[in-house]
Amino acid sequence: MPIDRAAVDHVARLARLSLTEEERALFTEQLRQILDYFARLGELELGAVAPTSHIRAAAAAMREDVVRPSLDREEVLAAAPDAEEGFFKVPPVLESL
Amino acid sequence: MAEGPPVVTVTARRTRDGIAAEPVIGLEIHVQLLTASKMFCGCAVAFGAPPNTLICPVCLGLPGALPVTNRRAVALGLRTAVALRCAVAPESRFHRKNYYYPDLPKNYQISQYQYADHPPLGSDGWLEFAALGVPRAVRIRRVHLEEDTGKLLHVEREGAVSHTLIDYNRSGVPLMEVVTQPDLRSPAEAREFLIVLRALLQYLEVSSGRMEEGTMRVDANVSLRRLDGTAGIRTEVKNMNSLRAVERALAFEAARQADLLTAGGTVTQETRHWDERRQVTFASRVKEEAEDYRYFPEPDLIPITVEPAEVERVREALPELPAQKATRYVSALGLSAYDADLIVRRPPLAAFFEEALALYPNAKALANWLTGDIAGLLNAEGKEIDETALRPEGLAALLRLIDDGRISGRIAKDLLPELVRGGADPSALVAARGLEQISDAADLTRLVEDVLAAHPGAVEEFRKGKARAIAFLVGQVMRETRGRANPDLVNRLLRERLGG
Amino acid sequence: MVDRVDLLFRPVTEQLALLRRREVTPTALAETYLARIAALDPSLHAFLYVDPDAVRAEALRWDARYAAGGDLPPLAGVPIAVKDLICTRGVPTTCGSRILEGWRPPYDATVIARLRRAGAILLGKTNMDEFAMGSSTENSAFGPTHNPWDRERVPGGSSGGSAAAVAGGLAPWALGTDTGGSIRQPAALCGIVGLKPTYGRVSRYGLVAYGSSLDQIGPLTRTVDDAALLLEALAGWDPLDATSADLDRPECRGGLAGGAAGLRIGVVREGMGEGLEAGVGDAIAEAVRLLSDLGAEIEEVTLPTIGYALPTYYLLATAEASSNLARYDGVRHGLRVGAADIIDLFSRTRNRGFGAEVKRRIMLGTYALSAGFYEAYYLNAQRARTLVRQDFDRALGAVDLLLLPTSPTVAFPLGARVDDPLQMYLADIFTIPVNLAGLPGISIPCGFTGGLPVGLQLIGRAFDETTLLRAAAAYEQAAGWWRKVPPS
Ligand SMILES: [Mg+2]
Ligand SMILES: [Zn+2]
Repeated sequence: MPIDRAAVDHVARLARLSLTEEERALFTEQLRQILDYFARLGELELGAVAPTSHIRAAAAAMREDVVRPSLDREEVLAAAPDAEEGFFKVPPVLESL
Repeated sequence: MAEGPPVVTVTARRTRDGIAAEPVIGLEIHVQLLTASKMFCGCAVAFGAPPNTLICPVCLGLPGALPVTNRRAVALGLRTAVALRCAVAPESRFHRKNYYYPDLPKNYQISQYQYADHPPLGSDGWLEFAALGVPRAVRIRRVHLEEDTGKLLHVEREGAVSHTLIDYNRSGVPLMEVVTQPDLRSPAEAREFLIVLRALLQYLEVSSGRMEEGTMRVDANVSLRRLDGTAGIRTEVKNMNSLRAVERALAFEAARQADLLTAGGTVTQETRHWDERRQVTFASRVKEEAEDYRYFPEPDLIPITVEPAEVERVREALPELPAQKATRYVSALGLSAYDADLIVRRPPLAAFFEEALALYPNAKALANWLTGDIAGLLNAEGKEIDETALRPEGLAALLRLIDDGRISGRIAKDLLPELVRGGADPSALVAARGLEQISDAADLTRLVEDVLAAHPGAVEEFRKGKARAIAFLVGQVMRETRGRANPDLVNRLLRERLGG
Repeated sequence: MVDRVDLLFRPVTEQLALLRRREVTPTALAETYLARIAALDPSLHAFLYVDPDAVRAEALRWDARYAAGGDLPPLAGVPIAVKDLICTRGVPTTCGSRILEGWRPPYDATVIARLRRAGAILLGKTNMDEFAMGSSTENSAFGPTHNPWDRERVPGGSSGGSAAAVAGGLAPWALGTDTGGSIRQPAALCGIVGLKPTYGRVSRYGLVAYGSSLDQIGPLTRTVDDAALLLEALAGWDPLDATSADLDRPECRGGLAGGAAGLRIGVVREGMGEGLEAGVGDAIAEAVRLLSDLGAEIEEVTLPTIGYALPTYYLLATAEASSNLARYDGVRHGLRVGAADIIDLFSRTRNRGFGAEVKRRIMLGTYALSAGFYEAYYLNAQRARTLVRQDFDRALGAVDLLLLPTSPTVAFPLGARVDDPLQMYLADIFTIPVNLAGLPGISIPCGFTGGLPVGLQLIGRAFDETTLLRAAAAYEQAAGWWRKVPPS
């Protein structure tokens, strides 16, 4: 099923990108091309193949429950676009998006 | 936290076509784990710290930061999964749950998603509990680990939200999610289940389980199933901040659905919020788009592997669980099932009971006091016994004073609030206040004669055969002595004088 | 004292010897590169950020340490250029993106902390394709980097700034990152050495993620010995990266002199066929002959699924990226485009802050993970990844190393591929499979065609960088291409 404008719009909404009209057209075309090329994956017999999500497993991959120092708040908030009284500040957020 | 016997608020309802329907309830419980540091970083887990002081590159989702799993959080999850008789996955993974929300610094939550071949830490278990004295079991669908979000503070100006402030201190706090099958059949039953689950988590030392402080959060899904088996459409209810709220919200929601169906309407599948002030559930204002969380395995974290031998070790190291404890209280200590349950459902009370029992080996007397006057005081103060000044030694000493005839039960009851608040030594208190029981026959005889002289009417009635009159006379002596008179002795002296 | 121009292109191993013999001071070394940057970077644009005062202050500190004598850490007083994808505390880290313009991380990446401890001096942050998404450095929000061998051509990417800086003598060496070839391909196109270590060998903590299951930090250097030296400084288990290998740091320098004799090298048949530029094929064939002369046993091997690596990679890397890049939302750092509500703020910030290629890949990755397509795209790509790994396992069961070109072409002209993303993706066709398999790979200069460098790629077994570097060093010393420097 080739990707169409509606799919591009849906994906852009999921990805929180307010694409311009031009970008919507361009991406529809380019993603279609790219996915056409990727369709060659269908030539592989994959049904019985286990997926690889991690290239390797390590043993000591957990940390002990030990408290470490946190960052300096003023340093962190100084990098934020907007802050107030020790908080990050944003426009109104409704309870449910 | 008033927790008397359960109240039935909703049973089967009748819909318009006359077929009775019963509520079908499933719960999703988020529990904050008792760790010192966060799920994936070393920031402290602490309540009430100034905003954004417990944050680091990891829990703030800064570019380049990577999560590393807290070993203790996994151990606590495993302990719970085993206690809930879940199948423990030999290999379970973390996944990313992708959605945008400003309290979620990475705009994805690290959680454990269930694919066919990716089981969560624990699945397919069950928990037994007693609902209205009837033994029940609820199947547990899954137990998994995840991270908490930050907190939003909506600032209102002139009646509208002008902006939102964000505190990420809570971001990355370790959570365990316990999901039940829709096995609960009434709001009261749901409440009972939660009480037992909370007790279990406390015995396991996995979580403090306090809904009021947010260390235990409950979401519920509710539908009405007709007794002919037809399933109903379910709604999800959120924002219930106490056990009482859970029970009331579920009752409201079940009634709302029944009314809808009775009126010939249909239930809409939606998320509804409990409004504590108005005591109603309401649908979110914003229209919900079907969520697409795009789960995929978290590439930054290696799967958690659990050897079968480790599961065995955890199982063997489990503490006595609520059901076992209650059984033991009944069979070995002779408590009633009801008293045993009342004690067991409050782990601090059970711990107190067992400590006191070592000092004062009369289980029934202890249970009477603990489930009676003491429970009343605790409920009035909204506290658990370990949050009061009362100590097992204190209660044991108090009861021994009664047994030794040094104080009356009435005085003991009067002293309790002080012991709960101040924790003084009962003997010292009794001595200092001169509360010691008067058992001197000569002293009491004088008093008895005074009372007889003062109440000729009562004496007359007694002589006419009204046995009740003696109780009045005893009461008068007790009043004169402010409860200190030995009631048995007073009784005897009165009868001697009255020739009864 | 050593002549400045001579110093510029000396391997770091030699610079360290000069420093230790007090023939050069850290300040002299730093000034040499600062002067070169001032002279050439306006036309090369290899750097996004250089703070000469900070460099001088650090160099002075090391001058004093050298003057005082005593034990010094292994890289004391040597400057290093760092790709701008790696977090440096208090120093701007843009990832080549408008969305992080002006952001100064409050922490150092593990590799930066290790380099500081080893005595290295941060020379500056280098240009790159935005968030490492690209193969030409043309996707930098701050303008492209030019290839020192031909200013009209790309340096490759995404670590193009690091490669150009080293090739042009603007830095003695540099850090790059490699998700699908981003160290090796620019190294090839700029005529230097680029090493992508085994996945897990070098900590990713503080490396801004693109494709988390593929990303690795590695050295871009003038010589193989320098690459080995830098790897030793970078490698080793990091408790802050759960995917870092719990292994001791490799002692790879000790094995470098071992030569190529007796090593079994498999020439990958799929790397020598169609689509290969003639001059590239010739240079590779010549290199194979030289390795054979050095005593290596040359065999032909086949990696049948290598042709599927490109779609596999682009589905997995973009899926991971779509999630990794979700955090750029205008709330906690970097750019914010104002809006009346938070949804608009997110969407507008992201649309203005990200460049076209980043948006394209986020779209692709989001699509690959979205309901209804997860199985067909993402999950199947994970399965195909298994087949690619198995191919490599099989091949490396029979030989010690694999050999193929790093890039099918030499550096292409600026602008040649910007409008054709798929064509651009094909630039990494020989490097991508190595990331999918998580193996170590190196690109070393193996000649020129039309005055432009060609890169030879060798691939080793997991965590066996030692053998890989040994073969590379043997070839490098015999071939001598590393001595060639771009015309000034
Ligand atoms: Mg959850
Ligand atoms: Zn943290």
